[in-house]
Amino acid sequence: MTFTIPIDNGDALKNSQRTLYPYVTGTSIVAIKYKDGVLMASDMGGSYGSTLRYKNIERVKAIGKHSLLGASGEISDFQEILRYLDELILNDNMWDDGNSLGPKEVHNYLTRVMYNRRNKFNPLWNTLVLGGVKNGESYLGMVSMIGVSFEDNHVATGFGNHLARPILRDEWHADLSFEDGVKLLEKCMRVLLYRDRSAINKLQIAKITEEGVTVSQPYSLKTFWEFQAFHNPTAGAQGSW
Amino acid sequence: MFRNQYDTDVTTWSPTGRLFQVEYAMEAVKQGSAAIGLRSRTHVVLACVNKAQSELSSHQKKIFKVDDHIGVAIAGLTADGRVLSRYMRSEAINHSFTYESPLPVGRLVVHLADKAQVCTQRSWKRPYGVGLLVGGLDESGAHLYYNCPSGNYFEYQAFAIGSRSQAAKTYLERRFESFGDSSREDLIKDAILAVRETLQGETLKSSLCTVSVLGVGEPFHFLDQETIQKVIDTFEKVAEDEEGEAGEGEAEAAAAPAEQGGGGAGDQDVAPMEM
Repeated sequence: MTFTIPIDNGDALKNSQRTLYPYVTGTSIVAIKYKDGVLMASDMGGSYGSTLRYKNIERVKAIGKHSLLGASGEISDFQEILRYLDELILNDNMWDDGNSLGPKEVHNYLTRVMYNRRNKFNPLWNTLVLGGVKNGESYLGMVSMIGVSFEDNHVATGFGNHLARPILRDEWHADLSFEDGVKLLEKCMRVLLYRDRSAINKLQIAKITEEGVTVSQPYSLKTFWEFQAFHNPTAGAQGSW
Repeated sequence: MFRNQYDTDVTTWSPTGRLFQVEYAMEAVKQGSAAIGLRSRTHVVLACVNKAQSELSSHQKKIFKVDDHIGVAIAGLTADGRVLSRYMRSEAINHSFTYESPLPVGRLVVHLADKAQVCTQRSWKRPYGVGLLVGGLDESGAHLYYNCPSGNYFEYQAFAIGSRSQAAKTYLERRFESFGDSSREDLIKDAILAVRETLQGETLKSSLCTVSVLGVGEPFHFLDQETIQKVIDTFEKVAEDEEGEAGEGEAEAAAAPAEQGGGGAGDQDVAPMEM
């Protein structure tokens, strides 16, 4: 997918470069609010086009004391965003005054960054998921590469929107226990693993509560490939080619 | 303070390590009409004396809303105060826009203090001639700060600046330990009583003072004349009847101005001039 630039304002002369298309990408992130905070799941893959090239990429990171950031899309842009947030949190900590940036503040800061980059036709090619807990209140929001931003009880990016959200709409409810939350996320991740070709079977689930952030060790989901439909996949596909 | 050969430039030190221009700027604050601030754990009240140039004109605006959760009262060169209030409003709204969250008042006063410091270290500038009482809320509760033309800032439980502020400060010094747990109504009453101290015997009327309140769950707003007059009535009547009761010691406060008047004038080096 190319990002067309309708106006030519002599960028070539100035030797500047705008983002045209992504290179190394991460696939879906799925996140839900639960009883004690927020759970976020992602696999550890970085695709290079259709090649599943990198298999150890952490796409969910802790931000300060109160937030968790997950990203899909261009990995290098995600790393750039982490650098911006690092500076933001550092400056916030340097004040040392009892005030700290919570998930709402970080989410809005990111929305401003993404939207402003989009306005310059030089987007950070990511869809970001920001979750966190501050003063007992859970927060979960999303920002896209064009600066669209909103909050919800459950969010997903990319393919997750199409495959995971319907499951969450049916089965999410308030005050999920940690175990139920993980089970729900694993259900979504399993569907994505079967159906999203950029997904790999190595995932991490991160949790954030008032106490802080924990990111699980990478693990795999059990899969079942003995469905009848998989045995003779072309059975129903009669055709001349 | 007398004129000397080190006081022309703000960038000239005196041999005793003083910047006279900065000190002169702080004198300007002392000449302005009084402004008072006090806080409890949950509320901040700012009050000031309304002084008009003449009977024909309206009084100067000395208390400004910076944001729903921050207000500022000024004393000194009100034009400088207006400009700094605009700066504070700008900082607050920019923070709000980027983070969708109110700017912590402690960070605002540091920005303000740094801005004031710049003017004490440039030969082509002069210090701001205004003292600011900044009241606001942040995560750790209600705060009251005083920002000086020198670029210093201090946090207070209660403070008064401007002419005859010593009288108010003496009143506040006696009572401040109880302010932390004061109710909103008691805080307002103490503020108006402190304003009365600075009037040195002049009858306190609601037209003579402006009072503003902000607190947890209560955005910054001014109290209307009626409300202020009602509070005044609760203690003015008692003072007239010379009753010593009503638990807050209004009679004590009523008798105090007579003594404070003498004490206040004695404290100032220069005869106070009205703004």
